[in-house]
Amino acid sequence: MFDSLTERLGKTLKNVRGQGRLTEDNIRDTMREIRMALLEADVALPVVKQFVERARQRALGREVVRSVSPGQALIKVVNDELVAVMGGEQTELNLRTRPPAVILVAGLQGAGKTTTVAKLARRLSERDRKRVAVVSADIHRPAARDQLETLAGEVGVQYLGVAGANDAVGIARGALEEARRSAHDVLIVDTAGRLAIDEAMMAEVRDVHAALEPAETLFVVDSLSGQDAAQTAKAFDEALPLTGVVLTKTDGDARGGAALSVRMVTGKPIKFLGAGEKTDALEVFHPDRVASRILGKGDVVSLVEEAQQNVDTDKADKLAKKLKKGKGFDLSDLREQLDQMNQMGGISAMMDKLPGMGGMSQAQMQQAAGAAGQTTHMIAIIDSMTPTERRRPDSINGSRKRRIANGSGTRVQDVNRLLKQHTQMSKMMKRASKKGGMQKMMRGMGGAGQIPPGMGGS
Amino acid sequence: MRLFGLFKGKKKDPAPPGDEAGVDKAAVDDTTAPQEAAEQEEQPRLDAGLEKTRSRMGGGLRALFGGRALDDELIEQIEEELLLADTGIDATRTILDTLRREAKRARTTSEVRDILRRTLVDMLVPRESEPSQPPPGQPWVMLVVGVNGSGKTTTIGKLAQRLQAAGHSVALAAGDTFRAAAVEQLQQWGARVGVPVIAQKTGSDSAAVIHDALAHARSRGIEIVLADTAGRLHTQANLMDELRKVRRVIARFDETAPHETLLVLDGGSGQNALVQARQFGAAVDVTGLAITKLDGTAKGGIAFAIVQETGLPIRFIGVGEKPEDLRPFDPEAFVDALLGNE
Repeated sequence: MFDSLTERLGKTLKNVRGQGRLTEDNIRDTMREIRMALLEADVALPVVKQFVERARQRALGREVVRSVSPGQALIKVVNDELVAVMGGEQTELNLRTRPPAVILVAGLQGAGKTTTVAKLARRLSERDRKRVAVVSADIHRPAARDQLETLAGEVGVQYLGVAGANDAVGIARGALEEARRSAHDVLIVDTAGRLAIDEAMMAEVRDVHAALEPAETLFVVDSLSGQDAAQTAKAFDEALPLTGVVLTKTDGDARGGAALSVRMVTGKPIKFLGAGEKTDALEVFHPDRVASRILGKGDVVSLVEEAQQNVDTDKADKLAKKLKKGKGFDLSDLREQLDQMNQMGGISAMMDKLPGMGGMSQAQMQQAAGAAGQTTHMIAIIDSMTPTERRRPDSINGSRKRRIANGSGTRVQDVNRLLKQHTQMSKMMKRASKKGGMQKMMRGMGGAGQIPPGMGGS
Repeated sequence: MRLFGLFKGKKKDPAPPGDEAGVDKAAVDDTTAPQEAAEQEEQPRLDAGLEKTRSRMGGGLRALFGGRALDDELIEQIEEELLLADTGIDATRTILDTLRREAKRARTTSEVRDILRRTLVDMLVPRESEPSQPPPGQPWVMLVVGVNGSGKTTTIGKLAQRLQAAGHSVALAAGDTFRAAAVEQLQQWGARVGVPVIAQKTGSDSAAVIHDALAHARSRGIEIVLADTAGRLHTQANLMDELRKVRRVIARFDETAPHETLLVLDGGSGQNALVQARQFGAAVDVTGLAITKLDGTAKGGIAFAIVQETGLPIRFIGVGEKPEDLRPFDPEAFVDALLGNE
């Protein structure tokens, strides 16, 4: 469902991803693009404004501007904001009450309430082993009660028809009594679809709510809905103490902006997604996953987070200072660099997370994987050296090489290759420290435009 | 787009079923004076139905036209109001571009307003219009399609009631054989209106039910068949295939049928309605649109985007619960309701 929004935001963020420096101009352009992407996804305008403003504030703040890789930091900001809007953590139904726990389901006409009731009933009875009963308090739409009764039969839960009751409150009360008598764990109550502006209908559902004191009051909203979703959600939230939201028809190709709007306007968690015609097509909603799906493709965000966690900027700073003082790049320094690369899960793990790497050829992948294995070997070799050897690689003669190779379980050729690589790197370092610092050097290292942020110092 | 002529023609000019005059003459009569009088009467209803839309959008716009020329701030505010009405980025841009171009020399705000009004009305003029007609002796067939919960069955019920009241003979085909109790829902409408409903049980073949209904209508000389179908998301390939099959079966019965394929869109839907129009159009050659549930929602802007893109005529809008709240679509009245006609 969120795919097109993903695509759109992905395109926008790609433009800033590689930016070493963010200016007010490119932040403004990016924010304008994000605004359009959200509007096209039917996120309500007030929500869009609020979202963009918050993201902009943070983008102009220290965390982004002073970050080692501002482009990626901006992506992280947008992601954080999306997760914040979506509601952080996944929220379960709370049915811990004296049984029968009542779930009241409300929403606009055609949002998918009755289908949702059937799906919930099936989930609770099959997965959670609850004794579930359902009832429809929809006295308005022709055959609404027949519909739920049929569905109840299909999913194998009891429909509690209430003889003689002709009003919504009466039906709800009767069903609750019956559910209590027959020792059901859960009673799910369907209500008539209504228009938020219809006072009489809203009063009716309020009365039903008061009569039932439900454990959960779920607002069902159509993911195809537009700007008005926010308004409607607000009206329902004011009329009823909602405890959660169910987003329906998510198997379509709507961009799901209603999810953002409803969540932001009501502050209530989205608990489930309806995602298909069948009665088992009900998914638990994971806000964080959806946010990263929106940002999309290669999981850029987690890469940024890992980079921030793993790369110790202090160490990078120390190294830079050391080099500036004219001291050489010794084997301990090399080990630290290798270690940081390993902490990031090695090169192949990094490749996985970088967008656009999906198209890498088999051979390239193998090469990368080989390189990852090499890092471990290289670290082992350095670990088998004495501190003096690490400081002064020239001192490593033939017998020392044999000892190191034996100690690290490698061959003398491997030790030689490492020493050669180190010599090359320290030459590069020397050049770099003269010509403009670490950043240039890192760029020089094997076309590493994708070098993890932080390693370049700055 | 004067399918609505159907509602009026019969009383003035009873004609035998199949006779062109029965269905079509009213359509031709549409622009005559009595019709206009009738529409003027109906304007308050539409106004009431779109009250909320107007109080948001029109209210906003009216306030904007308080007495200044077209500056950037005004443009931005109009943009916001249009976006809030689900007009969508592209259509909004088109409207604003036209407005900027046309209103450059506008001196007074009422000139700007007139230009905006004309721009909006122009955008609602469809490229194609009249529903086709059946050969003599065959029923006029309308196939009703749309996503789940858009209001197909209710629209059919209301249409049947109005057509029946206008003196036409109508049969309903319960082609939604998937959703639980959809057949019963249509049967209750049939009973309420007093028209026959041709149905089989849930789970049977939709095309077969509709074919039965057509045969029934032909043998009984019923003029109009309204065929319901199950709601489906346009992304569900197999269900869209099923709809193609329904259409083929109808065409096999009468190659000119269906004479109208009506796509029912939820007025509360956002930009996805465009995709729906596109996909249903590609699958079953939609010839007209109905936009429902415009009563409760602060919008209607989606109409611009859709007509702009598809060129399809909007035949009806639903502005309330009552049968008479299903109204023929009139671009001028619609835009005036949006802008707040003084």
